[in-house]
Amino acid sequence: MYNPTVARLTYRALLGRRRAAILFVLPALLIVISVAVRSFSGADDQVAADLLGSFALATMVPLIGVIAGTGAIGPEIDDGSIVYLLAKPVKRSTIIFTKLIVAIAVTMAFSAIPTLIAGFILNGNGQQIAIAYTVAALVASIAYAAVFLLLGTVTRHAVVFGLVYALVWESLFGNLVPGARTLSVQQWSLALAQKIGENDVISSDVGLPLAVVLLVGVTVAATWYAGQKLRTLKLAGEE
Amino acid sequence: MATDSAQTQIHNIGYRNYDGPRLGRAYARRSLFSQSLRGAYGLGRSAKSKVLPMLLFAVMCVPAAIMVAVAVATKANDLPVQYTRYAIFLQAVIGLFIAAQAPQTVSRDLRFKTVPLYFSRPIERLDYVLAKFAAMASALFIITGAPLVVLYIGSLLAKLDFADQTKGFAQGLVSVALLSLLFAGLGLVIAALTPRRGFGVAAVIAVLTVSYGAVSAVQAIAFNQGSPGAVQWLGLFSPITLIDGVQTAFLGASSNFPGGHGPGSGTGAVYLLVVLALIYGSYAVLMRRYRKVGL
Repeated sequence: MYNPTVARLTYRALLGRRRAAILFVLPALLIVISVAVRSFSGADDQVAADLLGSFALATMVPLIGVIAGTGAIGPEIDDGSIVYLLAKPVKRSTIIFTKLIVAIAVTMAFSAIPTLIAGFILNGNGQQIAIAYTVAALVASIAYAAVFLLLGTVTRHAVVFGLVYALVWESLFGNLVPGARTLSVQQWSLALAQKIGENDVISSDVGLPLAVVLLVGVTVAATWYAGQKLRTLKLAGEE
Repeated sequence: MATDSAQTQIHNIGYRNYDGPRLGRAYARRSLFSQSLRGAYGLGRSAKSKVLPMLLFAVMCVPAAIMVAVAVATKANDLPVQYTRYAIFLQAVIGLFIAAQAPQTVSRDLRFKTVPLYFSRPIERLDYVLAKFAAMASALFIITGAPLVVLYIGSLLAKLDFADQTKGFAQGLVSVALLSLLFAGLGLVIAALTPRRGFGVAAVIAVLTVSYGAVSAVQAIAFNQGSPGAVQWLGLFSPITLIDGVQTAFLGASSNFPGGHGPGSGTGAVYLLVVLALIYGSYAVLMRRYRKVGL
């Protein structure tokens, strides 16, 4: 199921040159803001929860998920070099699974670790806030990577659609229409965070059992369908 | 060589020189502008590439139409939203538009190496940069100005105060014109520096949305900690809060900053200077970028 060569190539494509820059900028920004806020206002649990919730989990994790998830396969399909990979005797599902593992690893590394550091900077893990949001970021990384990897195989405008989902659906509709929150990776991962955080500093609109079922279901279904898409991939020219 | 000249001779096989009118540099620049502007809305391109810009355009205009309908139906004395406030409300949509269209305006030329073909025409670097910049800014101005026109017409239909509405409308137009120039400049610079597909989109969104998210989060914290003085200076660090600050200071808008603590005219002058410097800076960076036509 896991092919080390495919993994190595994907790592290189993801972390090569400029692409890595944006992956480093976002976590660096989070940590800079955390340091600024801590020195500005001191340790405050509510401030920590707000900042981690609104900036780390709502903005940074989806963006890194989009970059890593679509970046793992999109550019290869785009410039047509995926045919050399597909022509090798490697199962398509293995390719997808390997790329998914890499995308998850990259998303986790660049979102969960900075979240943990920022959490400790902000309030020294008071009320388990840092741990809770780190777990949420870890879980969200898996689902985001799977969904955006699927998008990368389905459409050539994967990044745009990924951003529309992350920004418009989760932020805008999530704020306006409460029902939209049930279908949001962010809320599912918050359900886990709520369980870990103490004194209800963190709240989610989705119950924990439902959230777990949806997370697992979406991840598995997206991965399976991406494998199917790759079996019948058509290479289209630029419009 | 001279001895061979009797045997080897180049025949004139009747190719004719072009002796029609030469349309020249201004014409080429105009064409590039109109093609880029049309391209930003997917006109003259495939049906698929029309979907997103048209969808975003509709998303921009529909709330305005709804507000107008509500204002007319309830016979309100004023529109539910200020003209200057509208673009700030729907900034996510504007951000997506520039993120999707700036890369397709400049990155494709770089990726498919068609830039040298442009420069084999009688246009200079200056013309290329100006045409692309103007086209992107106009595309943004259309998408941000159209809902204001809807609001204005609606307000006149609802028989609201004419002078009041016209003033608000004019202020709104100035503010979105500034916003268009600023966003177009930033978007094009980022897109021209990151021509890989998908990557430019993410980079533009990251700069616009993440900086706004970061700034508003820190502003909220600064406000809650009881230092409203810091709030107005923090606004200098993201494009949308810059525009918010400028229009609060000079265009009679009410600020979206926490607590409504927008900058006064002193700080506002700094905002305006930063905006103008950013617009000029992005033009200068683009000029530098196109010294070399390759990646």
